[in-house]
This record gives sequence, structure tokens and C-alpha cells, in this order.
Amino acid sequence: MIVGEKNFSVRLNYYMEPSIFKYVFRHSSKQQLFLVLVIIFYYPFLYISLELPKLIVNKAIENDDGGPPFGFNIFGFDIQSGLEQITFLVVLSVMYLGAVFINGGFKYYINVYKGRMGERLLRLLRYQLYNRILRFPLPQFRKVSQGELIPIITAEVEPLGGFIGTAFADPLFFGGQLVIIITFIVFQDPVLGVAAISLYPLQVYLIPRLQRKVNELAKARVLNVRRLSDHISESVSGIIEVHSHNASQYELAKFASRLARIYDIRYELFRRKFFIKFLNNFIDKLTPFFFFSIGGYLVIQGELTFGALVAVLAAYKELAAPWKELLSWYQQKEDIRIKYQQIVEQFDPPNITKPELILEVPPKIPNLQGDIVANVSLFDENGVFILKDTSLNIALNQHVAVLGNVESGKSELAMLLARLITPSHGKITIDGQDTALMPEAITGRRIAYAGPNGHLNSCSIHENLVYGLNHITTGSSVLDLHKTKKSSGAVKTHSSASPDCLFEPDWIDRSAAGVVGREELHARILEVLKEVQLDREVYKIGLHEKINPIHQSDIADKMIIARKVLHERLRSNANLAKSVELFDKDLYNLNATVGENLLFGTPLNHQFKAEGIAEQECVRAVLDDHGLTDVFLEIGKKVAETMIELFSDLPPEHEFFQSYSFISSEQLPNFEQLLARIARGNIIQEKDRVKLLSLPLQLAPARHRLGMITKEIQTQILSARHALLNDMPAELAGGVAFFEEERFNPEVSLQENILFGKLAHGFAAGEEQIGNAITEIIDELDLRGTVISVGLGSQVGVGGALLSGAQRQKISIGRCIIKNPDLLILDGASDTLDKKSQEEMIEKILLSRSGRGIIWVMNRPHRIDLFDHVVLMKNGSIARQGSPDSMVKYVKGEGW
Amino acid sequence: MDTDINEEVALLRKTPLFENVELAKLKLLAFTSERLIFQPGQVVFKQGELGDAAYLILNGEARVTVEGPSGELELARVREQEIVGEIAILCDAPRIATIIAETELNTLRISKDLFLSLIEEFPKVAIQVIRELARRLQSSNLQLQSIKAKRTDG
Repeated sequence: MIVGEKNFSVRLNYYMEPSIFKYVFRHSSKQQLFLVLVIIFYYPFLYISLELPKLIVNKAIENDDGGPPFGFNIFGFDIQSGLEQITFLVVLSVMYLGAVFINGGFKYYINVYKGRMGERLLRLLRYQLYNRILRFPLPQFRKVSQGELIPIITAEVEPLGGFIGTAFADPLFFGGQLVIIITFIVFQDPVLGVAAISLYPLQVYLIPRLQRKVNELAKARVLNVRRLSDHISESVSGIIEVHSHNASQYELAKFASRLARIYDIRYELFRRKFFIKFLNNFIDKLTPFFFFSIGGYLVIQGELTFGALVAVLAAYKELAAPWKELLSWYQQKEDIRIKYQQIVEQFDPPNITKPELILEVPPKIPNLQGDIVANVSLFDENGVFILKDTSLNIALNQHVAVLGNVESGKSELAMLLARLITPSHGKITIDGQDTALMPEAITGRRIAYAGPNGHLNSCSIHENLVYGLNHITTGSSVLDLHKTKKSSGAVKTHSSASPDCLFEPDWIDRSAAGVVGREELHARILEVLKEVQLDREVYKIGLHEKINPIHQSDIADKMIIARKVLHERLRSNANLAKSVELFDKDLYNLNATVGENLLFGTPLNHQFKAEGIAEQECVRAVLDDHGLTDVFLEIGKKVAETMIELFSDLPPEHEFFQSYSFISSEQLPNFEQLLARIARGNIIQEKDRVKLLSLPLQLAPARHRLGMITKEIQTQILSARHALLNDMPAELAGGVAFFEEERFNPEVSLQENILFGKLAHGFAAGEEQIGNAITEIIDELDLRGTVISVGLGSQVGVGGALLSGAQRQKISIGRCIIKNPDLLILDGASDTLDKKSQEEMIEKILLSRSGRGIIWVMNRPHRIDLFDHVVLMKNGSIARQGSPDSMVKYVKGEGW
Repeated sequence: MDTDINEEVALLRKTPLFENVELAKLKLLAFTSERLIFQPGQVVFKQGELGDAAYLILNGEARVTVEGPSGELELARVREQEIVGEIAILCDAPRIATIIAETELNTLRISKDLFLSLIEEFPKVAIQVIRELARRLQSSNLQLQSIKAKRTDG
């Protein structure tokens, strides 16, 4: 379909080269070649920068030719400058400076280029590895855990990136440097040249032998670190078992022993690495010995100029650096070679799915029809049969119920039919076509499968529901790494900040759901929610969600309308009105806290919550103006006394502290001391004042019934409120969401926004009555869909943890229905629901999908009379099948 | 609803069940309990439901009913200072009767945990509860006897 996508898959062919060098060469040969050219181009400058110091010493300073004209010989060219000695010196020095600049420039460019190349291939490698995970056959996931896979892609490949840039460049660069320097030395004096490299053979012989053991250790280290991360991930996913079986000590001990093993390996590893370095350094330092002795002798004998010896010594110093680099490159290479091997082994399971099956999208995705015929056997890794010569032949538009116990193989059959696993023997055909050869673009869109533990992604309910519609429809392919590469020359900061930036194209394929546009999709989602009996729950979730009135102003406006209707109803229904106390600018709200009454709003941030308000200067000023400071201090004292009286006998961990006390158990002694200080007649310190003032601010008279906020005080608070509202200090204006009858409050839920008040304490069933009234109004105003859409936006948490198990299953079934498949396979997906909802769901889904295929695998028979065909499985094969009527007695015989 | 826990405490002190409990505890009881008002006809709790609280009636009247073979059967009336619903929270059993507000019913809802901890802490409360239960058992026995007597008479 999209050209880029296809090219990309062809270009990569998703083949993992067995060695890192082949991999690097295959994916970056052009760049590597370019780098080599740059390096070759760089050599003359390197040579000049070595030659110049000698020239300066010998020709310009010492002037061993005996007077002008000053000139020099470079690359065999005689250059006569005709300059004076000083000018000549200056010219040569400036040239030297220039050479240093050029040298540095080259090095900088080469390093950046290498780094970029490394990052590029690292990105590609990670992408390929992830791609391979997606192509693992499902049974593979029984053998490898995410605890192993995650660190491989995130951490283990990281050093590979560093190495890739240097794979060819470094040996060439440093090797070339070495050759040039050696050549230079040999030119100066063949004997010294040979002396300089005389010990290299020894090193070349010794080091690989020492390295071998290091390599083994490196291998062991990788494996042990993987086991460590596996252990961590197992503890995290099995944390309940760890605690319920008191296995913490065991796990800790096991972990400690793994750490000890890694410690031993790492210690041994760097001991050996450093020994190699030590040996190398030692041999390096042996060479100058020859220079000093032999070279010095030659100079004394007059067979070598002093300048030449200095230059050779300088060159040898230069020699040591590339040689060291070569060695460390070698060590790194060995390390990386092993890492790469281990990674590739892990990601190259047998039977890995062919990339074209998963990634290629045929231009037209045909509807599946005809019969689905299975003649299959399936056995596990140990060759034990799970399904034995199972034959099934059903029309694709039939409704089939599959029954059997857990061991019957019914779930495996369902997964085979959904082409999630492939049979060990035999095949499954649809309309004569082998499903094993069908691209996932067909099986994954035309067949929908929901298992017993549907996984939800950590995003909104809506996103989870439309997950099956995520087929690229517009814009370019995200798979086109090639394209994104262009921008990465200068990495844009925003691209690293938002990982979603590649997600820009609209992925939701609405046509797959049989709808056009957002509105229709929303309507369709509402239908599906009803089918899976999730509509009421999502509605409730929506009522308790907050929204942003700026982004969703239409919803906010509708809620304000609902608020007005509710208030009208409250005016006409005295009984209902009793259970709610509305916000009114001119009335004190007994069910709200004193703080809320004063600010007439909900604090937006910490600054204005409880203690924070008492610290605000503007608030304090208003309290002072209205004579409330002393009143509040007095009340604060009384509240503190009461709390001490009530709670000081309770153990500090008692739940009452959390549920009822204004003062936490830790703070209680502080308040006791505070009161004692006041009793002694001390002046109340500012810190204590804030503490005391914060207490009355948290009082809600109707709830706490302490009887301290008298009518008179209420009036005072009201006038303080008005003073604040009329002359709003700027710092307060931004920190509080005010109760405004015409405005939506972003800090509280939809329901609270509609209510615009507080539920009155003490009215039995008041909350329920108000809830019913709100629901009634929402239905009258036709806002249920709006509320549900807000509910759909609510986050499901990691793996759907914020929802109940049944809700998760309902979403995962809904996700299948929305994509409008030709065959819907529900493999125990509804088993977690209670009998009644399960039966209701079967009725609804069977009705809405009449004439379209369903394979419903269930633990216990529910409404099997509604199905066209019933299959009873036992011990890995089909025991009996037929029409529901003919099957009733056999199903009953199973004792369900 | 403008009430004060001090009023509630005064009412609690008058209740036989709590008359021997020290003031601070009664205050805690009042403070941590919810004040609940039921309108006439509203159900306080239903027979067969699981109980999580007992209710002290502060004022008003309610009828105690059970479901009989021929529909609702009124057993008794409860009034101010009486406590209802304590049996279900004492023995973790479903409610044995239904309580329906007859007039506007003002109650203090005492949660199960709080009630149990009061009994644990104050033997006198426990004895009062036992005494109350025994009294009820006795009256039930008497009722049963009179019913039996009527049957044998008839």
C-alpha cells in the first residue's frame, strides 16, 4: 500500500547477519567508505604535523645547512623559501599552528561522523530487534521473558552503537597512523624503526591469548545480568505470591547470590583486562630503552642527528597512543562481537514468522467467506499432544459454541483458528486457502480474537477500544526510518521529548469499523458498549471524570445547561432540595469547609490547600479586617483541644486519624505543646498561628457538628468572602477555581459541576436521589453520549489495572466487535462475567452478528440453544459436535 | 441541619446502653458517627442485607417488620434512645428485620468497627448490650408463649 513501507521491508529483508562486522558493513558500507576516504585525505596533514617540528628544530633554529637560503624538503619536493632565518621560523611555526588546527578539525569531524553513524545503526538495530519480537511465534514467549528482552534492546545494544562507528574507521585510522609513524621513523633511521616495532610481534601473539579468557567471562556476564533482570521482572509480576508465601527472604537471598556471581565475574573480568593493559604498557615502555641506548650511541657516533633522535622520540610517543587505541579497539571489538552474537541468538528463534506475513499489506483485503476447515495436530515443545487429529468443518457465517474443560485443547483450537499459533501438523483453510500463508493484514483484520485475559494498553478506554482499527490510513509510513533520518543530522530537541511525534498520521481506520468520520465512530462505539454491557459503567466513570473546559468547551457548556435544569428541579422538589446545599455567593454553605466558604472556590494547588491558605498574606489581611483572626485562633484552639481530647488515647495507626481527625497522629503532640505554650500565657508565634488558623478552615459545620461556627461567624466569613471577591488579590485569582454559576470548574468532576453545591450531610439516600436526578436530566438533555465520551477518555492504568477484571474483558471483547470482523473468536473471554451478564452478552452479540461468524469458546454452557452448531471437546480432540438440540444431552452428561 | 455533637452526647448519655461510658468516649463516638435523617417511609435497612452499622435513634419513630408468609409483619416500634441493627454487626449475620421510618427519623449511624471497639473497651457497654439482648429474648419468649397459648386455646 504505502511505497515507503514496502521498500523498507525489502531493503532490510529483516535478516540478522551472524557477525557484527557483516552487519555494519551491510548497513553502512557507503558511510564507512566515505569515512575511510576522509581518513586517507587526513593522513598528509598528519604527516606534515609530525614533520614540521623536526624542520623547525633542524632548519630554522639549529640551521644545520649553514645559512640561507632557507628551504625544506617535503614529500620529496624541494621548496626554497628565500626567507631570512627569523621569518622562516615564524612561517614554519605558523604552518605548524595551521596543521594543529587542521588536525583537530579532522579529528572532530571524524568523531562526529562516527558517532552519528553509530547512532543510526543503533536505531536500526533496536528497531529490527523489536520487529523480531513482534515476529516471534507465540510459544517462544513461554521461553523468553520480557525481563530478558527489555534490557537487551534498551541496555545491551547501547555499547554496540558506540562500536559501530569505530568498527572500520578506528583500526584503519589508528593502524594507518601507526604505519605512517613507523614509516616516518624508518625513514629517519631503519635501525631505530625496527627497534621501535621489535616487540609488536610479542604483543600480537600474547594479547589475543589473554583475551580469550576475557571473552568467556564477558559472555558469562551478559547471561548473568540477563538472569538478574529476569529475576527482577519476575518478582514484580509475582509480587503477590512473594508476599502471600513469605518468600521475600528467599528472593533476597537468591538475588544476593546472583549479585555475588556477577560480582565475581566482573571482578575477574576487569582484573584480566587491566592485566592485558599492564602488559601492553610495560612492553611499550621497553621500547624507549632501545631508543635511549641505541639511538644515543648513534648520535654520539655522529651517524644520527640529534634532531632526528628528538623527532623519533617524539614520534614514538605518538606511536604509543594509536597502538594503545588499537589495543582497546581490539578489546572492545571482542566484547561487542560476543554481545552481538548473544543478542542475535536470542532473537533468532526457529520458526520466526516471515516479515512479509506481518508487515506487508496487500492492496486489497478480501472478506473471508466460505468454510473454515481445520485438520490439525498440535504438540508442545516436548512432543506432548495438545490437539490430536482434530477435524472441524464449519461455515464461516455460523455461530459456533465450543465447550470443554481446561485440558480439552479448546483454547488452543481457538488460537489456531485465529492464526495466532500454527499447527504442528496439518492445516487450516478458509475457502480453500491455507491460513498459514495469509498475511496478518488479512487474519488480523478479518478475524478478531479475545482471550481469557485480554491485555489493555496503558491509555484511555477509547484508545483501547479502537486498538484494532489502527491501520495506517493517511500520511507517510512510520516504518520509514529512512525519512526520519534526514532530520537527525541536527537532532531536534522536541523529537526526543515527544515519542509520539512519529504518530502524527491518523491511524484510525474508520472504514474498518464501517463508519465515516469521528461522529459515526463515536456512535458505533456507544452501540458496542451496549452490546458488551459497558455503557452504564463508562457513563459512571465519565460522571466522575474531570475535563478541561478550554479544550472541551462544548462539553463544559452542556454541563452548565444540565446544572441549570437540575437547579430548576430542586426549586420545585423540596424533598430533593433538602439533600443538597447549592453554592450561593451570598449564603454560607454549611456542608462546605470554612476555607471553601471563605475563598468561595476549590483551591487549585497546594498553595491554597488547608495550611497553605492560612499562610497567604492577602487572606490573613482579609481575616484581620473582618475581625476573624482572633475568632479563628480561638476556634483553632478549641478544635485542637477537642482533637486531643478525642484522639490522644488512640494508637497512632488507628484509622480514625485518617478518617476523622484534623490533626495527624504525628502532629498531635505538637499541638499539645502548642496549647501548653498558650496556657502559660506566651505570645502565639507566627508558625503556631498558621497552624491554629488552618484548623477552623478545614471545618465543615454540617459534617463535623462541633458547633463552633456560629451564625455570627458565618456572617463575618461571608463579608470576608465578598471583600475577597470584590478586590481579588492577583496571587489568589490564579490559585482558586471559583464557584461561578455560569462557569465550569475544571477542578471537580462532571457530576459535581452539574450539582454546583455540596451534598447535604445526614440525608439518607440523598446521594442516590441526586444521582438519579442527574441521570434523568442527562437523558432528557440527551447528554448520555457526551458523558460516555468523557468516560471513554479516562485512563485504564498499567495493563488496565484501574478497571475491574470484568471491565477489562468487556473492553477486550468490544475491541473485537468494533473492527467488524468476518469471524469473531471469543476464547473464554466472557468466562469472568457472572452467568446473567454472560447470557445477556451472548444474546446481544449473537443478535447483532447474525449471519456473521462467531466461535464462542466457553467453560460452561450458556444459552447454547442460540448457536447454530455446538462442539464438545475432550482430551485434545472433538468428542462430539452437532446442532444444539442434538448436543443437549451430551452437554448435560458433562455435569455442568 | 444545624446540630452540635454536644447535643448528641447528651442524648447518648441518656441512652441506657451508653450511660456508663466516659464522656470523652461518647464524644468520640458522636464525632466519628454519621448523623442520618430518614424521611417517613424511607428504609433504614432491609431484612437479609449485610449489616455494617447500628443506628441510635435520636428522635422520631420507626417500625420493625419482618417478611412473613402473608407479607409484611410488624414486630415492634422503636423510638428515641433505642438502638437498632446491632445484632447483625455483632454476629456478622444478615439483618433479621427491616426498619422503616414512621416519622422523620433522626439517627446516629454507628459503624460496626466503632461499635465493636466500644464493646471491647468498655465491659459495661458489653453488659448493657447483653442485658438489652436478653430483655428482647425474654419478650420474644413471652410473645411465643402467648402465641402458643392462643393456638392451644384455639
